[in-house]
Amino acid sequence: MRLKLTVNGETRELEVAPDRRALDLLREDLGLTGVKEGCGAGECGACTILVDGATRLSCLLLAAQLAGREVTTIEGLAPAGQLHPVQQAFIDCGAVQCGFCSPGMILAAVELLRRDPAPSRALIREGLSGNLCRCTGYHMIIDAVEAAARVLRAGAPS
Amino acid sequence: MMEIGLAVPRVDAHAKVTGQERYAIDHYPPNLLWAGARRAGVPHARLLGIDTAAARALPGVVAVLTAAEVPGTNRQGIVHKDQPVLVEDHVRHCGDAVALVLAEDQERLRQALALIRPDLEPLPGVFDVQQALQPDAPQLHERGNCLSHATIAAGDVAAAWADCALVVEEDFQVPWQEHAFLETQNGVAQLAPDGQLTMTVSTQAPFRDRFEIAQALGLDFQRIRVISPYLGGAFGGKDGATVQCLLALAALHAGGRPVKMVWEREESILAGYKRHAARLHYRLGAQADGSLHALECRLYYDTGAYAHLGGEVLELALEHAAGPYRIPHTRMEGWSVYTNHPVGGAMRGFGVVQASFAFERMMDRIAAALGRDPLALRMQNALRRGDRNGAGITQVHSTGLVPGLEALHRHPLWLDRRIWCEQAGPFKRRGCGIAAVFNAMGYGRGLPDAAIAKVELTPAGTFRIYSAVSDMGQGNATAFVQIAGQILCQEAAALEVVQPDTDLALPSGSSSAGRTTYTYGNALIRACRALQEKLLHWAALMLMADAPADLVLLPGRVRHLGTGRDLTLVQIAAMLPEGERFSVGQFVMPVSREVPETGKEFFIGFPHCFFAYAAHLAYVEVDLLTGRVAVCRYLAATDGGQVLNPRTFAQQVQGAIAQGIGYALSEELLVEEGRVLNADFSRYLMPTSLDIPDIEALAITTIEETGPFGSKGIGEVGINGPLPAIAGAIEQALGVRMHQAPFTPPRVLAALEAHTGSRGDAA
Repeated sequence: MRLKLTVNGETRELEVAPDRRALDLLREDLGLTGVKEGCGAGECGACTILVDGATRLSCLLLAAQLAGREVTTIEGLAPAGQLHPVQQAFIDCGAVQCGFCSPGMILAAVELLRRDPAPSRALIREGLSGNLCRCTGYHMIIDAVEAAARVLRAGAPS
Repeated sequence: MMEIGLAVPRVDAHAKVTGQERYAIDHYPPNLLWAGARRAGVPHARLLGIDTAAARALPGVVAVLTAAEVPGTNRQGIVHKDQPVLVEDHVRHCGDAVALVLAEDQERLRQALALIRPDLEPLPGVFDVQQALQPDAPQLHERGNCLSHATIAAGDVAAAWADCALVVEEDFQVPWQEHAFLETQNGVAQLAPDGQLTMTVSTQAPFRDRFEIAQALGLDFQRIRVISPYLGGAFGGKDGATVQCLLALAALHAGGRPVKMVWEREESILAGYKRHAARLHYRLGAQADGSLHALECRLYYDTGAYAHLGGEVLELALEHAAGPYRIPHTRMEGWSVYTNHPVGGAMRGFGVVQASFAFERMMDRIAAALGRDPLALRMQNALRRGDRNGAGITQVHSTGLVPGLEALHRHPLWLDRRIWCEQAGPFKRRGCGIAAVFNAMGYGRGLPDAAIAKVELTPAGTFRIYSAVSDMGQGNATAFVQIAGQILCQEAAALEVVQPDTDLALPSGSSSAGRTTYTYGNALIRACRALQEKLLHWAALMLMADAPADLVLLPGRVRHLGTGRDLTLVQIAAMLPEGERFSVGQFVMPVSREVPETGKEFFIGFPHCFFAYAAHLAYVEVDLLTGRVAVCRYLAATDGGQVLNPRTFAQQVQGAIAQGIGYALSEELLVEEGRVLNADFSRYLMPTSLDIPDIEALAITTIEETGPFGSKGIGEVGINGPLPAIAGAIEQALGVRMHQAPFTPPRVLAALEAHTGSRGDAA
């Protein structure tokens, strides 16, 4: 089937099988390998993407469900050569170890901070609880989201 | 400036947070084929034949291979080569591969795998270590069901019991633990027309993989190139062949096309290695003043269907079975036993985790029986430099347990523990538990723990480090850049680290055993010093300076201090003949000079002489109605020698503790009659962000004089503490005894009911 969607700000039109997963479309057909697969069953959150600004698990979506949608992957979170404050905070606060959960975790954090610009540590923990990380113990990820929230609040128009 | 001791950001962080880092799984070469294995699905059987006709007939299927098509020994394994690449006639666990399929796409691959019909004659299975050791048990291997049986002992334990004022004795049980790295086992491989096989694999041991593949498939290891990009986690589960031999076999039948193999999560859990499930019997005696005097223990480790590193895991278990304490009389006996279970193998904490649970429970028993403060009892018996450990080996290197325990002792979390415990709400109970643990570093005696580092001055005047030990997330690549930056005096932008590639780097062993930064780092120091010396000599020639000692290496340049004249590194690089731009350095980890009388069953691995130490403290709250245990606060004081990077130090400590908390509270691979019941993340429960508290990671900075800038490996020790510390906290909160991990709500409620007679009484 013919599929038209916007990916990281660019309109794309391509031919996909009706049963193709959104995850495979992004990784294999569009080369966006920043979208990771950890379980293929909606349990780990590594494949998180933003669809019209809301977090979705691309392993549970069919490519066809992205028709007409605006998709953001980790590659398109910030303009080329720049970093989103959440990405910068992940680097600065030591939130990255193996890094395989990082793209999904960062997108989940971006959406969390859009909903709540000043979450407590407990609310950050709750907001990220759908994204598994096996390396960090989450401590520095929470630190990073707190730090990014501060930067985003400072930069936001009052 | 890249320097030692600073919390510099990880060199890999930028590429990882932007999605640019290409892990093995992100490689999709053009025109690729997909390979997959048909798993046996039964725990023990004769494989009488395989009907592959329907699979072969499926359009889009390129090849279906069985054991008959495996050209070499068809045996993989690191020390004991007992695991077939494809089963010939004897299926030993559900995850055994019986056939290999190559197909044009993943959908065809799945269809073809489902069409393969193995003819399996069920055999009676062995699902229990004690049962496996019975003479009439079904035998898994020609050598029998006992992979390894060994004893490590010191003093005269039989005579020592008479001098004990107190003896405690108990049994303990721990489950299989899954590594659950997020990037499953995978790789791509391609055979070139000239016979060169190139593989990009998520692996901890690219150099050793070549030998394992070559032997199993009858290939020349020098024609195999293994590239190991950054790994999406490993923790021991990618140390040794996972996809490697299957993938290489597939490449031999792909007509020169690239082949990709990715294990799905369920396959990863069924066919991957696990932390050994174990049973431990402990008997510990102390004198009236609290001095530990005698220990006898028996350890039964279930290594499942194949050896992997089961013998070496048992070695480490026995060597650590007496805990980080002075016990003059010990006898520690262990068995590593084959069963029709999934394969037990290497995992962070490598046999020590299981033993740590038991010896720390025994310490709390002794403390309770003598009415002693558990922390004071541990300080009294803690190993100090110069002591002999429980295996009889003199601790001649850095030994920082006592300062770790002292750091706990003066910390507010220890001082205020009673107040915190008393503030539990209704139907809640609180407790505070501690643990003292240690973990050896390196391969131990018998197998040289060696590395060869290589560093290059590029024509652009920057430096490139050819790492030979994989970075699976632990951050060794960043440590290497810091080491090079420190010696060569360069900014981060002028330093690059290339991940292992067997064609570019030099053999340096595996990324495991807490050895990576220590051994390769020491080799890198030598390589960088050699290069520095070479560059200064060349600069002296170019500047016609008579004394290289007057020259210094600075960011991007060499300066002659006497005259202030500079040469850029670009100028020097242009002058150097190609080969002169490289330097190598080699290092071999020292081994203990002591020759113990026992443990001779272990021809490699025993004894070790370097250990990391840690003292842990856990605050725990138990819900009396649900049995749910929450870890509320956590403190760890870790002796890893000098700290090269405080942030990566804390990352390793926190990450290891998180895995340990999972092991204590929820992680348990459920295996019934050889079949895994929870091969996914909705039933195998590892901690989420809601389950791990903030973790305070204190560094006890001894100086390990043999280590790179005084450091030693700390990747593993942190995982040994949470299970015993949390057990102690639960026991204190509820007045129960915990013998079996993990402490799931049903187990906690059962312990509570056994103790009080009913749930309501406790509230």
